[in-house]
Amino acid sequence: MSRSGSHSHRVRWWCLIVAVVAVWVQQVEGVWPLPQQLHQSADRDCLSPQRFSFTYGRDSAAQTGCSVLDAAFKRYFSIIFPDFTTLSENVLQYMWSEPQPFVVSVSVKTRGCDGYPDEDSDESYTLSVSEGQAVLRSVSVWGALRGLESLSQLVYQDDYGTYFINKTEIVDFPRFAFRGLLLDTSRHYLPLYAILKTLDAMAYSKLNVFHWHIVDDPSFPYQSRTFPDLSNKGAFHPFTHIYTQSDVIRVIEHARMRGIRVVPEFDSPGHTQSWGKGQPGLLTPCYKGSVPSGSFGPVDPTVDTTYKFMASLLKEVKFVFPDSYVHLGGDEVSFACWQSNPNVRKFMEKMGFGKDFTKLESFYMESIMNMTAALNKTSIVWQDVFDYHERPRSKYVVEVWKQGCYLCKMRRVTKAGLKVILAAPFYLDLPIPTHSWARYYNVRPLAFRGTDEQKKLVIGGEVAMWGEYVDATNLSPRLWPRACAAAERLWSNEEKTLNADLAFPRLKEFRCELLRRGIQAEPLFVGHCRHEYDGL
Amino acid sequence: PFVLQLDEISLWPLPQKFQSSAVAFKLSPGSFQIVHAKQSSAGPSCSILVNAFRRYFEYMFGDLKKHEKSRKKVYDSDLAELQVWITSFCSLCVDELSVDEPSAVLKAANVWGALRGLETFSQLVYRDDYGANNINKTDISDFPRFAHRGILLDSSRHFLPLKVILANLEAMAMNKFNVFHWHIVDDPSFPYMSRTFPDLSQKGAYHPFTHVYTPSDVKMVIEFARMRGIRVIPEFDTPGHTQSWGNGQLNLLTPCYSGSSPSGTFGPVNPILNSSYDFMTQFFKEISTVFPDAYIHLGGDEVDFSCWKSNPDIKKFMVQQGFGTDYSKLESFYIQRLLDIVAATKKGYMVWQEVFDNGVKLKDDTVVEVWIGNKMEEELQNVTGAGFTTILSAPWYLDYISYGQDWQRYYKVEPLNFPGTDAQKKLVIGGEACLWGEYVDATNLTPRLWPRASAVAERLWSDKSVTDVGNAYKRLVQHRCRMVKRGIPAEPLFVGHCRQEYMGL
Repeated sequence: MSRSGSHSHRVRWWCLIVAVVAVWVQQVEGVWPLPQQLHQSADRDCLSPQRFSFTYGRDSAAQTGCSVLDAAFKRYFSIIFPDFTTLSENVLQYMWSEPQPFVVSVSVKTRGCDGYPDEDSDESYTLSVSEGQAVLRSVSVWGALRGLESLSQLVYQDDYGTYFINKTEIVDFPRFAFRGLLLDTSRHYLPLYAILKTLDAMAYSKLNVFHWHIVDDPSFPYQSRTFPDLSNKGAFHPFTHIYTQSDVIRVIEHARMRGIRVVPEFDSPGHTQSWGKGQPGLLTPCYKGSVPSGSFGPVDPTVDTTYKFMASLLKEVKFVFPDSYVHLGGDEVSFACWQSNPNVRKFMEKMGFGKDFTKLESFYMESIMNMTAALNKTSIVWQDVFDYHERPRSKYVVEVWKQGCYLCKMRRVTKAGLKVILAAPFYLDLPIPTHSWARYYNVRPLAFRGTDEQKKLVIGGEVAMWGEYVDATNLSPRLWPRACAAAERLWSNEEKTLNADLAFPRLKEFRCELLRRGIQAEPLFVGHCRHEYDGL
Repeated sequence: PFVLQLDEISLWPLPQKFQSSAVAFKLSPGSFQIVHAKQSSAGPSCSILVNAFRRYFEYMFGDLKKHEKSRKKVYDSDLAELQVWITSFCSLCVDELSVDEPSAVLKAANVWGALRGLETFSQLVYRDDYGANNINKTDISDFPRFAHRGILLDSSRHFLPLKVILANLEAMAMNKFNVFHWHIVDDPSFPYMSRTFPDLSQKGAYHPFTHVYTPSDVKMVIEFARMRGIRVIPEFDTPGHTQSWGNGQLNLLTPCYSGSSPSGTFGPVNPILNSSYDFMTQFFKEISTVFPDAYIHLGGDEVDFSCWKSNPDIKKFMVQQGFGTDYSKLESFYIQRLLDIVAATKKGYMVWQEVFDNGVKLKDDTVVEVWIGNKMEEELQNVTGAGFTTILSAPWYLDYISYGQDWQRYYKVEPLNFPGTDAQKKLVIGGEACLWGEYVDATNLTPRLWPRASAVAERLWSDKSVTDVGNAYKRLVQHRCRMVKRGIPAEPLFVGHCRQEYMGL
């Protein structure tokens, strides 16, 4: 309560005017997700927007002209000073004393300003805040972005509106390299602004992979340059409910600027009803007795045209999406239609699959995974593919999504030597009262019996927002702040973040910060924010 | 004349009597007009109607790029105008809407009926594939099944900015809801700015300037609601749920004791001090003038007796009054005096069911709100059996959420499904969908409320026989798209799309 007196000698003159009026020291609730090492003292410096600046360190490999960081400086300036208005010289004259400068110096070891973040990106950084300056050091520009985010969360305002930052030392790096968020743009179309806004909020939470479940049964909004009929006939509407090539580029660039990878998912052979409309012959005709019933099942894995089509499509995907990963789906394939089709049955016989349709699916998935491998891409598939065929012939990444003992599954997958991503406990489309956010927070992704080697194969996790009941009207509040709970689990040191009750005040503060930044994050419980959400 | 496209018409809630033919007329935004009928007892000075004409014209044609100005010629198949005819002294409250060449006539006993009819008319207009506006030859006569069709919003657990309240009043009108039950204050905060007791919000709101409803805010809500035929019933819940009152009104709450000394915490309103009643007298005198509705909701729910039990003065009072250890008698004692105070302001009152359950003597015109889901039918039977009017909210607590299409559960409720005489059934005057605020604020309120509350809206407006969930689904999907088009972020029912998706943020 009386701290302002005891440290006021450290506060420079112009701050002092304010500091002696402030009766108690307000301290920032902390940084979300919690940095690996964070030391803060009660000594603080006040910041004047007029004299605040970002600069590249002299030894930095990146200098002015670095697209990613130049844009980040601009972005974070208005995040740190949201109500900044330029004071006229007149006003400055009347201030009791000239505000002192505060300089944030950013140094990165490697340039890479024009590249894309990938699975090997180094996101570590150190941040040191002292009198009049902050020094941010990182290996890559992506690490610098994470550091700028932390810095922005350290700045706070007291009751008089003065901006402060406490003396702070941070050493930080992510626990997992893959911290994803899945959006489903097929069950409902999500307008571009909703996707871009989600990317903004992901960056605030240090999530770094946008898993774009772009197509599925209900609609095919991706406008393919090779196969325009897919969206012409398979989207909800061929002009208003699609993602054009330039839309996709915009999403990828918006994500890149925030150090976020974009991993597209083209789920097959199931979940492909919408594909069939624009690509006749692709789906398996289902039979009723000895005649086609008129309905269609999964992709037809028995004909060459299917593989030619998939090869062209994947080639386009490689061209359009720079990330080295591509998600191939492979989940929830219903075998009933295959079973009904005489040609498929003949094929099964020829291949010696007997009556085991999982073998047929594996055959199909192996084929398209080989295609992606030939394109130098890493395949991610849903766990079903692994479940059917536990001794994999090729390397792929498995995404565990089934409820139940997901840790058992993690153990099995890693035992087989495959990398794994955990999504099962992070299905956020299931609406529960926000106060049960701790359910996501309390997930322990590595709590299975296994060797260190096995644990290393767990590359991360992902929150999934499936679209059955979600569109632009309710997406944001359903995602945030619950996804933040998962974000901290995937970034921070588990030992330091075991207790959800301790995290609660920080998360409450962070959700208010999200509101201030225009993210429609729903409340955790009764209470209020200084800046309430002002939209609808 | 064109062939009727049935799926384009999606009336919600479904009118009582509806007849439509395949004959369609075109509406030209350039020449179409909504006018007062010659015989109407309302004219251009009726601000409610004039505003509504503009509002519904916007809803129907607002998104068109340019209205054709030059096109003066009216074609045979054009519908040139809608005449709104207020019959005023007509005792029937049935609205009639008939669309036939050359014009449509909306006949209503009063302006409130006309508002409902305008909403229906706007829902009849559909756009064909060429973007032209059409309306089919139609005859409708309509009236609500229940008079009280309410939405409860809670602005205490989270402060709701004015904008959100107003937007939801608009959505209410689209669904023919007619009562805004404003649960304005409660334990966590007191955002109502009182002229008589400014300290209540000064000290009891989350923030004395940004998180309050000023007198002009309240006025604005009431006027905005009135324009849409919506009553505003404020709730000032006592003696429990009053923690925030204590901040600005010393000695109002009961000091709790720990052993023989005050613990520093406070319980419900102190029912043994005259000062409590003096305060209530002045406070409700203000409320009765600020809120024009004939009813005030006085709460009376969930009173926790433990604090009263701990307080030696209260215990003494209990003995004096001969209440023994039955603290519900003390609660009744308080409520009884409060009801007398409010009755003196010439207002009627609504109370939560506990007040009735505890045997408080109620005025004949008291409305009892049944909110406890367990034994709901029995409660309805008892309340109406005792001759009181009642409204039902128990099955419609929309703050509870679950995966999937829970609107169907709200839709399937039949409010009169309890044993009782016809006279008893008539005492059920309606229901309310409640959205409590523990987990709800401006960020998620609107999509959580709509279209789930629309299910309640149809149950309370349409005929008892309207229960086909499949048919309701088809209409509701379109109705939610219509709300989205009008700027209300109503969430989806299931997989699918709207011609115009929500473009907010």
